[in-house]
Amino acid sequence: MRYFIRRALHAVFLLFGVSLLTFLFSALTPGNYFDEMRLNPQISPDTVAALRSQYQLDRPLPVRYAHWLNAVAHGQLGFSFTYNGPVAPLLWARARNTLLLTITATLLAWLVALPLGVWSAARFGRAPDRVLSWTTATLLVVPDLVLALGLLILAVRTGWFPTGGLVSVGFDELSVSHKLRDIALHMVLPVVSLVLATLPMLVRHVRASVADVLDAPFLRAAAGHGIPQRKLLYRYALRAAANPLISLFGFSVGTLLSGSLLVEVVMSWPGLGPLLLESILARDLYVVIGGVLLSMLFLVGGNLFADILLYLADPRIRTAASAE
Amino acid sequence: MQPLLRVENLVKHYAAGRSASSKVKLTALDGVSLSIPSGETLALVGESGSGKSTLALCIACLEPPTSGSVWFEGIDAAALGENQQCLLRPQIQLVFQDPASSLNPRWTALDIVSEPFLVQGRFTKPDRAVRALQLLDRVAIPRKMAARRADELSGGQKQRLAIARALALEPKLLILDEALSALDCSVQAQISNLLLDLQSSLGLTYLFITHDFAMAAHMADQIAVMYQGRIVESGPFEKILSSPNHEATRSLMAATPRFIETPGVLVHF
Amino acid sequence: MPLLEVKNLHVSYSARSGEVCPALAGVNFDLGPGEILGVLGESGSGKSTLAAALLRLLPSNGKIQKGLVLFEGKNLLEVSPQDLRRIRGGRIGLIFQEPSSSLHPTLQIGQQVSDVLAAHEYLARRALNEKTSQLLASVFPVDAERISRSYPHELSGGHRQRVLIAQAIACGPSLVVADEPTASLDPTTQKEILQLFGTLRQKLGLAMILITHNPALLAGLADRILVLYAGRVAEIGPAAKVLSSPQHPYTAALLRCLPTDFAEGQSARKTRLPVIPGEPPNLALFDRGCQFEPRCTERMEVCQCDEPAVNAVGELHEVSCFKFAG
Repeated sequence: MRYFIRRALHAVFLLFGVSLLTFLFSALTPGNYFDEMRLNPQISPDTVAALRSQYQLDRPLPVRYAHWLNAVAHGQLGFSFTYNGPVAPLLWARARNTLLLTITATLLAWLVALPLGVWSAARFGRAPDRVLSWTTATLLVVPDLVLALGLLILAVRTGWFPTGGLVSVGFDELSVSHKLRDIALHMVLPVVSLVLATLPMLVRHVRASVADVLDAPFLRAAAGHGIPQRKLLYRYALRAAANPLISLFGFSVGTLLSGSLLVEVVMSWPGLGPLLLESILARDLYVVIGGVLLSMLFLVGGNLFADILLYLADPRIRTAASAE
Repeated sequence: MQPLLRVENLVKHYAAGRSASSKVKLTALDGVSLSIPSGETLALVGESGSGKSTLALCIACLEPPTSGSVWFEGIDAAALGENQQCLLRPQIQLVFQDPASSLNPRWTALDIVSEPFLVQGRFTKPDRAVRALQLLDRVAIPRKMAARRADELSGGQKQRLAIARALALEPKLLILDEALSALDCSVQAQISNLLLDLQSSLGLTYLFITHDFAMAAHMADQIAVMYQGRIVESGPFEKILSSPNHEATRSLMAATPRFIETPGVLVHF
Repeated sequence: MPLLEVKNLHVSYSARSGEVCPALAGVNFDLGPGEILGVLGESGSGKSTLAAALLRLLPSNGKIQKGLVLFEGKNLLEVSPQDLRRIRGGRIGLIFQEPSSSLHPTLQIGQQVSDVLAAHEYLARRALNEKTSQLLASVFPVDAERISRSYPHELSGGHRQRVLIAQAIACGPSLVVADEPTASLDPTTQKEILQLFGTLRQKLGLAMILITHNPALLAGLADRILVLYAGRVAEIGPAAKVLSSPQHPYTAALLRCLPTDFAEGQSARKTRLPVIPGEPPNLALFDRGCQFEPRCTERMEVCQCDEPAVNAVGELHEVSCFKFAG
């Protein structure tokens, strides 16, 4: 248990650091939200100054940071200039959509990568394995953006899937089952492009880790005991190869999240991605900080989840953790 | 005469678990005392986990003991500071059980035996090569093998190489930690002969750590039996053999596989 | 009829450079039901290759070139993969070297033992669990329950070795092949394991192939001993005969290498042991003649040109050496 408490403390510390850095960097970038107003002859400089002081942009950085921390402690994340409202509810709505995308893509990518990687490892160096290796290598060099755009073109040409947004027009009138169907259809394109972007890396890692243990003495011993091939691969080999893969899982949550931010923009999915982009361009300070922090939270959450999985999967780690 | 090595009441605790603050202590050495006269061999026998290897590390100044002293040529090595220990370390060398894992497989035989000179900054480059070749001669590795990589050598040759490296800095005490245990019988015989030759020509002193009673009997002048971090019995070999006092000694003797030839019959003990 | 017959077995490994290196070159022997055959050989003699080749478990660069492995009337080199799987673990139990690496690191012991049972017979969960605990109880007189729930890293070397034995005998095989089963254990544990082998053989009527580099282990346990040198059978015969009056020059030299018995006093202490000069041959070079010839103290002219044939020197006692030819 102490192991996890330490991990969690570590995570909190990390988030704290990230917030500090984002604050610092945003202060270092030239200009702020109200600079554009100054260029507008209809707004008097006094009004701008009044707004600046209302949002405390005229105060020194440490004071602003302290203020913001205080707001965070009260469950708020500051105020959005563009949306003219608190940041927290705005972020939560968007984060939900991003999470939906990321979690679905993560699960799907792993569900495909595991059997494919094991299948390939069992045929290591032979023709089917080589074909797969070439395919994954090719997919790896295609940039995510090109992949997403390609899918978009395909969808536009064929009209099989909706090409943007989360729901269709008139979503509110649909029955529950139709609502789910509608969301699922909208998810297809972004999820597929995310899966295609991460799958090659996952398959290659699964293949390499499983191929690594296939020569292990305990697998030869298990084969010598007549354990059937399927069980040998999926129970013995995969389990033994699990540790690096679980760590990779935590990492893959991160890549999928950053990939998702990009794909959301391209496919106009109402997630954190477009919001972040908008607010960066508009210098909507607190939305940027909140968005970065939230993405970081997901990343840390993913890694913590991987740690828990690792703890559950490997008795040697349990022994080491309980000895501490 | 003053013994080369005298260990007095050596205690070593390890913290159970990884953090040093842990309250549970494992006692690896529980008041060990022994001495080896110069030029002789002391066999240290005992089961795995009895503390033999910990003792070896403490004597070689590679692990600090919790308490007690290690007198080497009249100097308490355990009480010395890190810098002074560095001066002492070349005099005490270790040879381990598995030569494959203590030699860098990508280095050539010559690289491996000249490394100690390099680390200690001794001799010029051509001088190092000459001395390294002499060391290889000493352990009977043919000169044509000098350019071979360690992983191309056989198990016996690797162990010869490990011995050559240990001899490079002209140590007085060689700690042989299960140095023969992983070798085939015929290779064991070759290496044990080499060790006996080196002892008589260089006047080396050996601490011969093993769980093989028969080999201990063959190599050593004195024997010490270790059990649960203590030396439970020690003395000249004949004495211990004729009247073993401790249960650990008796069970080790009984477990040593050997055959006795009464005409035509082999008995397994 | 013998339980196992191995005829003219040739195995080779291919190096990455494409070079082919023979590891076994024409091995012949047979084994009766309930018999213990000790295979004695040093590193590079091909003894581990022999164990793996019997069940076609060679690493991917190893190849059985020719030969016959007849087990219970079937040629194991030609049976279908399905039949082979049933024989592995079902009819022939296997104990590989290194108990620490032969068990899956993250599966519980009980699970690993019951997997072997489940691979060969269909049992309901309860029957399976019951049989697993019986099996573990047969090798662990005390503590079987706790060990069943343990993971390999929580057990000592001797205990892991016992688990391997339980796996090997799980499905009532008629033959167990053990490759260096005690090499990494200390003498007390080694003795316990050897005694366990003796007990199992008596109780279950198992035949065994016990592969080792240490002749002393075989004394009192093996019925017959096969001495392997450079992938060939140097000598095979009754254990007592081979150990007390070895006929092949290699066997004789190997046994002289052992330190004399410590109980016999101090006369031989700190004296040089007789050794076999030189190193084992490099089998990739295909040297003509007897493989032991360069190291042999009794070599003759003929030894350089031809390979010696098998000669009988006594009842069931055969030696491949020109000393006994004609």
